[in-house]
Amino acid sequence: MRRQRAAGPLFVAPFMVLFLLLFLAPLGYAAYLSLFQERLIGGTAFVGLDNYAQALSDPQFLHGIGRVALFFVFQVPVMLLLALVFALALDSGLLRLARVIRLGIFVPYAVPSVVAALMWGYLYGPDFGPFAQLSRELSLPVPDFLSEGWMLGSLANIVTWEFVGYNMIILYAALRTVPEELYEAAAVDGAGAWRTAWSIKLPALRPALMLTLLFSVIGSFQLFNEPKLLMNIAPDVISSSYTANLYAYTLAFTGQQVNYAATVSFLLGLVIVIASYAVLLTANRRRTS
Amino acid sequence: MPQNTSTFMSGPSPMSRRLFLTTTGALSLGAALTACGGNDSGGSAGSGKPVGQADIDKAMKTPTELTFWTWVPNMDKEVALFEKRYPAIKVKVVNAGQGTPQYTKLRTALKAGSGAPDMVQIEYQAIPTFTITDSLLDLRPYGAAALKSTFVDWTWSQVSGNDGEIWAIPQDTGPMGMLYRQDIFDQHGIEVPGTWDEFAAAARKLHKADPDVYLTNLAANQVAAWHGLLWQAGAKPYVTSGKGDITISVDDSVSQKLGAYWGGLAKEGVIGVEPDFTDSWYAALNKGKYATWITAAWGPVFLSGSAKATAGKWRAAPLPQWDAAKPSSGNWGGSTTAVIRSTKNPVAAAVFAQFLNTDPASARMFATEQFFFPATKSLLTDAEFVSDAPSFYGGQKVNQVFADIGSTVNSSFQWPPFLDQAATDWTETVGKSLADRTDTVRALGTWQSRLTSYAKNQGFTVKGS
Repeated sequence: MRRQRAAGPLFVAPFMVLFLLLFLAPLGYAAYLSLFQERLIGGTAFVGLDNYAQALSDPQFLHGIGRVALFFVFQVPVMLLLALVFALALDSGLLRLARVIRLGIFVPYAVPSVVAALMWGYLYGPDFGPFAQLSRELSLPVPDFLSEGWMLGSLANIVTWEFVGYNMIILYAALRTVPEELYEAAAVDGAGAWRTAWSIKLPALRPALMLTLLFSVIGSFQLFNEPKLLMNIAPDVISSSYTANLYAYTLAFTGQQVNYAATVSFLLGLVIVIASYAVLLTANRRRTS
Repeated sequence: MPQNTSTFMSGPSPMSRRLFLTTTGALSLGAALTACGGNDSGGSAGSGKPVGQADIDKAMKTPTELTFWTWVPNMDKEVALFEKRYPAIKVKVVNAGQGTPQYTKLRTALKAGSGAPDMVQIEYQAIPTFTITDSLLDLRPYGAAALKSTFVDWTWSQVSGNDGEIWAIPQDTGPMGMLYRQDIFDQHGIEVPGTWDEFAAAARKLHKADPDVYLTNLAANQVAAWHGLLWQAGAKPYVTSGKGDITISVDDSVSQKLGAYWGGLAKEGVIGVEPDFTDSWYAALNKGKYATWITAAWGPVFLSGSAKATAGKWRAAPLPQWDAAKPSSGNWGGSTTAVIRSTKNPVAAAVFAQFLNTDPASARMFATEQFFFPATKSLLTDAEFVSDAPSFYGGQKVNQVFADIGSTVNSSFQWPPFLDQAATDWTETVGKSLADRTDTVRALGTWQSRLTSYAKNQGFTVKGS
């Protein structure tokens, strides 16, 4: 009995050590850094919460947060709905070449986002991109995917393309765990394919959907790679503070304002925690009501 | 895209290496080293004590390992020359990224207090960004002052500090000129513009004659080109005096003249404003969308590698002038070798930086292997170098054109100690105004105020324009 009690902490220990070293320590260090200000002339000074006060009224930071929030609201539902549809279709067993299709949808996730952004950057090109050339061929107006009005949508398209397959796999795996007996029972009760999907599959998917939703919250608010790369071809549209994460990067590596960058990152983390919690809360409330 | 594109070297070799064996030049490192301890070192207080020849000899015979960060392809070849001359010293060459990515890593290593190299490839414009953090070693005590006459005058002022410190040894340069499409000019009866007024007239004429073609593209993401054009126009956007004092005048009368000129052409829609060094831009150059490329001395070799479809159609000329009677140019790109102050082997590192860029064989190798545009006077007057006539430029002696331009580069241009910030702010104000075809002169004011408040925030005493 005593030996068993000793085993518990031992099993948890590797996790706790890594958690401490790789998560809590950097977090603590960032929090520590955010209380100082280091200047090129004059050195480092303790400034308390000044950096936080500055960030909370910094339009560049706030706009970045607002932009990713908007991105989240539009991009995530589309992406998850597509993933859900694909997962259900694959699970229905009605598709021919299901394996090939499954792989085909998943493959974009295997493409590094750097490569994906470069590829889409080329496709979006207003002069020599295929969409532009096709439009010109058909004497249609050339869509300017890289303009101010379209950019967020263009980014959303890239992210959706990248992550639909990933989310689909999670949902599909969840569907595979539904006990066969439930389907048999439904069939005995006379349920058709739609009824089965609605009354059995969707409720079974709820935890998996929750998981993909949470991943998407985190992913959206940390949006970085895609705007950073499209910045090269659309520098007039994507500013160095386009997303909050990009802003933190710019502060640290362009402006050499490491302390303020730590503040912005810390606040961004806080926003993500709040957003995730809000998402969980609304989803749970809907279930209980 | 890092601002220095001079290392994207490819394409056919424009020269043979035959002559380098017969040329010795005036570049003798020995002379430089024996001169140390003379009146040239110790120029002012704080320069450190000159290191004697005996100490240098001793250091160069002591087994030592040095680390050198550089993005120059095939740098091993030049390094091998050094190792042959000083067998006791081993140099580890590390590619830590080109331009900005390397600086970011360097800054991180310096901050961490470990992992920084002994010597580093650094562009002219980045030197003040590292001297402000006291990261570079003053090379005067090691005899660098004796090398002054070896290099093109303006490069020496670029590597020198306000108190006469020598922060780096020049390696290559990028005096600015104009590459143009002879065939497009001929087709539309356009003369090579000698002044910016003629250039503007040609831009309007060409675009009117063929709406798919523009006389040039002024990239809305390329602050280095803007700085080069400011440089040509005689602007002094950044002037530092003492460590914490800076005068920022990026919207003075010269800048406003440039802003009105280029902003006006952009607004009229007679020039392109797309970002450079992108797929779309390469395609545009290959397909004849632009009739000129305003670039630097590294441009000819770069273009011949990236616009192969247009071989034989290009020619080179000096930049159009604001005052045709007083030809001048700016510089875009080029880099140097600096020694990091934290090095444990300052003597060997300093000798390396000097040898690499002044040893006749090594300096020549940069021109023949990496196609760098030389920074040494002897190579720029070297018959073989200037008589090279690549077929991509229809047999024109392109190096001669740029060598001549090099002597018109103004030597008093200075860089700010926070170049990255200046670049980002430019792209988001002036660059954006060009791309959006809005008021560029007003954008200059925004650039000025953004930079000023950044500098003040960083503790500088700022004097505005």
